[in-house]
Amino acid sequence: MTNAPTATPPIIEFPKSWTRRHLLDLESLDADEITTILDTAQQLKTLTNDCKSKLPLLVGKTCANLFFENSTRTRNSFSLAAKRLGADTVEFSSSGSSVAKGETFVDTAKTIEAMGVDWVVTRHSTPGTPHLLSRELKCSVLNAGDGPHDHPTQGLLDMLTIRQHRGSIKGLTVALVGDIAHSRTARSNIWGLSKLGANVIICGPPTLVSPRWAELGFEVAHHLDDILPRCDVLNLLRIQFERQKARPFPSVHEYAALYAMNGERMRKAKDDILIMAPGPINRGVEITPEVADGPHSVILEQVNNGIAVRMAALWLLAGANQTN
Amino acid sequence: MQDTGSSNLPSQSDPLLIENGRIIDPSQQIDRQGRLLIIEGRVAAIDPNDGDLPQSTRTIDAANLIVAPGLVDLGVEMREPGFEEDETIQSAGLAALAGGYTSVLCTSNTSPPIDSPGAVEFVRQKAARAAGVRVHVIGCLSKNRDGEQMAELGLLAEAGAVAFSDAPRSVPNDALLKRALDYCRMFNLPIFDRPEVPDLANQGVAHDGRTALILGLKGLPTEAEDLAVARDVRLAEATSGRLHVGPVSTMGAVDMIRRVKSRGIDVTASVCPHNLCLSDQELRSFDARFKVHPPLRSERHVETLQQAVADGTIDAIQSGHMPRSREKKMNDLDLSPFGAATLETTLATINTFLIKSGTMNWLSAIERLSTSPARIAGVAGGTLKVGAVADVVLIDPNREWTVDGNQFYSRCNSSTLDGHTLTGEVAMTLINGETRYSR
Repeated sequence: MTNAPTATPPIIEFPKSWTRRHLLDLESLDADEITTILDTAQQLKTLTNDCKSKLPLLVGKTCANLFFENSTRTRNSFSLAAKRLGADTVEFSSSGSSVAKGETFVDTAKTIEAMGVDWVVTRHSTPGTPHLLSRELKCSVLNAGDGPHDHPTQGLLDMLTIRQHRGSIKGLTVALVGDIAHSRTARSNIWGLSKLGANVIICGPPTLVSPRWAELGFEVAHHLDDILPRCDVLNLLRIQFERQKARPFPSVHEYAALYAMNGERMRKAKDDILIMAPGPINRGVEITPEVADGPHSVILEQVNNGIAVRMAALWLLAGANQTN
Repeated sequence: MQDTGSSNLPSQSDPLLIENGRIIDPSQQIDRQGRLLIIEGRVAAIDPNDGDLPQSTRTIDAANLIVAPGLVDLGVEMREPGFEEDETIQSAGLAALAGGYTSVLCTSNTSPPIDSPGAVEFVRQKAARAAGVRVHVIGCLSKNRDGEQMAELGLLAEAGAVAFSDAPRSVPNDALLKRALDYCRMFNLPIFDRPEVPDLANQGVAHDGRTALILGLKGLPTEAEDLAVARDVRLAEATSGRLHVGPVSTMGAVDMIRRVKSRGIDVTASVCPHNLCLSDQELRSFDARFKVHPPLRSERHVETLQQAVADGTIDAIQSGHMPRSREKKMNDLDLSPFGAATLETTLATINTFLIKSGTMNWLSAIERLSTSPARIAGVAGGTLKVGAVADVVLIDPNREWTVDGNQFYSRCNSSTLDGHTLTGEVAMTLINGETRYSR
């Protein structure tokens, strides 16, 4: 872990219960594991002065970002998390790389691993790619988003943010609003929140919210106004134009009328409601500027918590890899 | 019927007696211990008297083995010409023999597609030189296989095509299918349609059910197949054409086929073994091995299909052999093509999951695997009646073995059943009374 002499007690205690070498999804984690990551993230956030200062826990290690999909904030968030803990980073993106020359993504990952990296952070448009990589690579694999399937660090940073404001997630009513069908953020939150005891409401137009969610035991709603008074937290998902081929709703205008969180809707919401969004936000579509910049919005805190959660993930996975 | 012919094995002109085996011939409702006499490549007698056996008769001891007509497949992708990295006529032929097949129909989706007499002739000649399994050629339904205008069906028939199909592509143009069904009545050859509405399929990779929802996979909804089946059976009725629908994979398809059959309409249907034993839960591994077509569906569909093939609503079992090279299947679920190698596991799959469980018996299984497909395709096979070509398979119904794609004769090593232990193995495959495969 650290390079400190053995006489000095460690800055932070490694949780003995943590054994995972990979972070692939939240679906397979249990409540204790999720809590461990959140606790660790909170500790690291404090120790680094809100993710601003360095803490030399991962010096000498290298983190590779392997992104097959566009992303600035998640990529930078992982990079910063690695650097804050003293690790080196290296960037691979699919455009202009060997992938464009026909190399399979497994070969690309193995090549990177051969350069001596400790983590591969990967984002891809197809579900399951991190899982396939974890079967092929010896280093740790972190899922930064695999198609609509899962985005574990996003779900975790969302939960950390809620916990910071409410102390506990158990018993809270959390609504996920928007394009659930194509959203990995939605799925991560659904698994994470329900495991920690929240009441999850899945809200959006029927073309984007399948009745099968109800079969799985979740509350489904199509009218935001109906559920709003009950909600402690709203997580507003971005409408994903790039993932949809046939428009599941007639127009952006109509979507905003039915689902946008605006001043008028805020008046019907609880006094202490938290407004969250994974970003980037489409001002005027799922959220108005008044709400995005208002006192209930914790969107920017989410961003900071993202670094904390990713620091925790990198440190925990490295620790487990060392033990094995 | 049409034989593909020459063998490079020495001509086995001496009579052959297969004895001590359990003869199963659905065409004569035979299931009993017996002896099969083959003379000059044809069945000469079942249970001949010893006195009638010529001096030079060779024998094969089939103790503990089943002796049945060789399997017949309604659609094997042989990938040659054009996609030899996936499979060749030779490698597919070997895989077929190892799977107990004596006749296969070769699909038209080669490059160039089989839409000209020259292309038909190429496949026939290549198959003859390979001297493996009998290969019958399916000609394209549409010119260039592009789904717009009829191919020269008459000329293709003259060149030796036994059926017409654009499979694995469906025929989205209803008017074209109707025209072709009508036109084909003069040739009395069947049209095979693989039912799928492309817009509803919408580039899905897995069955549109709970598993796809949880995993975030693009779904293939059952409506995409059901609507096409509805269209197919209605057109078959309207034209009195010979239409075979398949492979099917949904409860909806089974329901419609059952209903039109009960009204006396002549439509036949088939199913693939993977849809009879595996569910969409397999996709949880995200392994592209399980990206097959028709997709693995949920348990309810599997159960319905098992019942339907047991009671004969589904007439035939087809392997669904859709080989794709290692590199192609090594990709993620979106990039990887549909497909798997199935010729070498079909028989054992049916035994393991349907016969052993009591859902079917050997007589009905051989009927679906051999007799029925031969009848649907109008080719020789599926029977051990006196005078029939001696295309025979000897099956060891009790031998257990573990599926290992790397051991396949097929060039494709991708199997949905890799690692499974199956019961039932092909001991020998004979064509024209000649042994072309032996374990």
